[in-house]
Amino acid sequence: MNRLAPIGAAARPATMRSTPGKAEAGATPAGLVLDGVEIRLEGRSLLALDRTVLPGETLTVMGPSGSGKSTLFAFLAGFLDPAFTARGRVLLDGRDLTGLSPQARRVGLMFQDALLFPHMSVGGNLLFAVPGRVKGRKLRHAAVEAMLSDVGLDGFFARDPATLSGGQAARVALARTLIAEPRALLLDEPFSPLDQALRAATRDLVFDRIEARNIPAILVTHDPADAKAARGAIVEIGGAQAELQATPAAAAAGSRAAR
Amino acid sequence: MTKAFNWLVPALLALPVAIGLVGVVLPAFGYLPALGGAEFSLDAFRRLLAMPGLSTSVFLSLAGGLVTTAISTLGVALFLAAFHGTAAERFARRALAPLLAVPHAAAAFGLAFLIAPSGMLARLVAAPLGIARPPDLLIVGDPLGLAMMAGLIAKEMPFLLLVAFAALPQADPVRRMRLAASLGYGRMAAFLLTVWPGVYRQIRLPVLAVAAYASGVVDVALILGPSLPAPLAVRIVGWMNDADLSLRFVASAGALLQLGVTAAVLLAFVLGERLAGALRRRQTVTGNRMPRDGCARLFAMLPVGLAAGAVFLGLVALALWSFAGFWGFPDLLPRQLGLATWMRSLPAAAGPLATTFVVAIVSAGAALLLVVWLLESRRKAVRATVGRPARLPPAVAGLVYLPLIVPQIAFLFGLQVAIISLGLTPSLLLLSAVHLVFVAPYVALALADPWFALDPRYEQIAASLGHGTAATLVRVRLPILTRAVLTALAIGFATSVGQYLPTLLIGAGRLPTITTEAVALAAGGNRRVIGAYALLQTLLPLLAFTLSGGLPRLLSGGRAGMKRP
Repeated sequence: MNRLAPIGAAARPATMRSTPGKAEAGATPAGLVLDGVEIRLEGRSLLALDRTVLPGETLTVMGPSGSGKSTLFAFLAGFLDPAFTARGRVLLDGRDLTGLSPQARRVGLMFQDALLFPHMSVGGNLLFAVPGRVKGRKLRHAAVEAMLSDVGLDGFFARDPATLSGGQAARVALARTLIAEPRALLLDEPFSPLDQALRAATRDLVFDRIEARNIPAILVTHDPADAKAARGAIVEIGGAQAELQATPAAAAAGSRAAR
Repeated sequence: MTKAFNWLVPALLALPVAIGLVGVVLPAFGYLPALGGAEFSLDAFRRLLAMPGLSTSVFLSLAGGLVTTAISTLGVALFLAAFHGTAAERFARRALAPLLAVPHAAAAFGLAFLIAPSGMLARLVAAPLGIARPPDLLIVGDPLGLAMMAGLIAKEMPFLLLVAFAALPQADPVRRMRLAASLGYGRMAAFLLTVWPGVYRQIRLPVLAVAAYASGVVDVALILGPSLPAPLAVRIVGWMNDADLSLRFVASAGALLQLGVTAAVLLAFVLGERLAGALRRRQTVTGNRMPRDGCARLFAMLPVGLAAGAVFLGLVALALWSFAGFWGFPDLLPRQLGLATWMRSLPAAAGPLATTFVVAIVSAGAALLLVVWLLESRRKAVRATVGRPARLPPAVAGLVYLPLIVPQIAFLFGLQVAIISLGLTPSLLLLSAVHLVFVAPYVALALADPWFALDPRYEQIAASLGHGTAATLVRVRLPILTRAVLTALAIGFATSVGQYLPTLLIGAGRLPTITTEAVALAAGGNRRVIGAYALLQTLLPLLAFTLSGGLPRLLSGGRAGMKRP
């Protein structure tokens, strides 16, 4: 798989302004740039990735369990275990994320489980995510109602998350992620607990929203159907082999194959 | 910086123990300038060894620690083996909170009211037989300390049951029991051979804390234990408070001896663990499946059933006495009931009750803050991934739990000396600070597992939504853990209410609590007043446990996802 050539800033929509004042802002493209990213554990290379994900596009990262998918996910979100060392930069619309705290990254997360906060109502979960600059109870409530309606859950505001079906919970989780207006999405096998029919519908919903919002996304999965539905580029990381290969050189060779 | 913070809380909790031990070691070897001891000598130990009946006192402490812990642990293991997953277990879970709420002293008084020669059990036998006089038996305060051990067991078994319940899910009982059953093992054999080892590994620290506590107990020993001679810890307190100040050197030497006795108990118990483990492995090798254990199951009910029954019926006896008018011997119930005792006791008890409440709420609140800080900084240091929960590193845990393993009597006296020499006068704040040393380990014990077990992805989501560390803690972590936090707070509160020795020594008689007042009544033997005080002593922790059980339901607005423990 070839490294995608960066496409100019023309593709960047007006809403996706890069942080002003940064010298490299003009030179780097919109979207999510993994610039020479390499994650190592105890001196051994787990994975290396050098890609650009354009706004509205989804990059699918595939690999068997133990291949370092979750490690990549944690690195991008800002939760990498200190046991790992990471090299390279991650740029989001020209903004270097690498040194930023998770709460400053504006990267939305969706996990395998919906992980709705059990102590809040469905509406409370979304209100928790509405950006702080939306002031006033009325405006915030209205934003939540609009978002719920957008994912087909009109009238679910007061519902207890524990009473939702799997598909409904997944949609609330998506709504909660989107209402925070993230500039990129990270998806960690968010469809795998759903049954076949629901999975297809939820997938379409998620990827439609990614395109509509024109934000880059990275999907981590081991399901080829997920990758196909994402309609974007696919990289495979061979961490499983890396785990099995004893020498660092062999491990590095294994991860070079992933590029 | 964060590294230093990680050590700050454990050091804070272990420091008083260290100061107290130094404050005991110096006088034990003759150095206490305030009392004219300027030279090091072994004089104090010589005088200690010459004390009449010392070997009996040491024996009572050794036996008390070992027997109490062994029977309590075995009782819990047998009960769970026979009844895990049954209605009896669900009932036990519900009955546990009130059992835990009863302080040691109140439980001991209740037991005394049941088993004394003129107690409820004797009346049950005497009334139908027409015996008019209580039998002339020394039951409470028997020379072997059996009543004392019974009182300790009745109180420690519910505690061990609580920690075992908390540890059970991690031992994967349902699948292991099914697997063992499919291989043909009976219920009890299946549990003891496949589940219990996993449970025991997790509750080992509380079990050892019980052993340390029982070998150095004072309040229960004063109420139920033998007096001539008394267990070592009781005699040390006597020497400390003696008008002859030179006995303080003996008391210090005695405190070091107590340290050795407790160490011996812990060592013996660890050897006992080895032995039990070897027996279990041998049993496993035989392949004996013991499929029919119906009889054994009935027997397995006995220890926990007796303990729970003793505490509950003891409370009933306390209540009856507190309302009793004239109550002659073989009568099962008093002839008249009245409020006279309460009218007399309440005005006197109000002050100590208020002191107890303030100290308990301050020490439990402070303990919660410290423990949350400790656990959070630990969690931040090692980012837990799903399925690999963080733990306190052994060194930190050792410091935090040190006050549970070192007998109170061994360092409180030294701490008292240090406090006096610093010129500090007894105050509510000082007393709360000393209680904190004993409260914080229990709060940590109750909170650590649920704190580390919470799925870290909840907070990752909150952070990705733009919320900072403080907001995430206050709006996500603490609300989800409401139940665990309030339970930890209630346990801390109850621990503070039950503290006898620290209150006696650090309060120096100027800050009486309901507990010191109740234990002081033991010598007088006025059952009506004892009944009232012991009930008042139970009231505060009971309120705390009731609130901690009921509040989460109110706070969560009845959300189903919050009901899961």
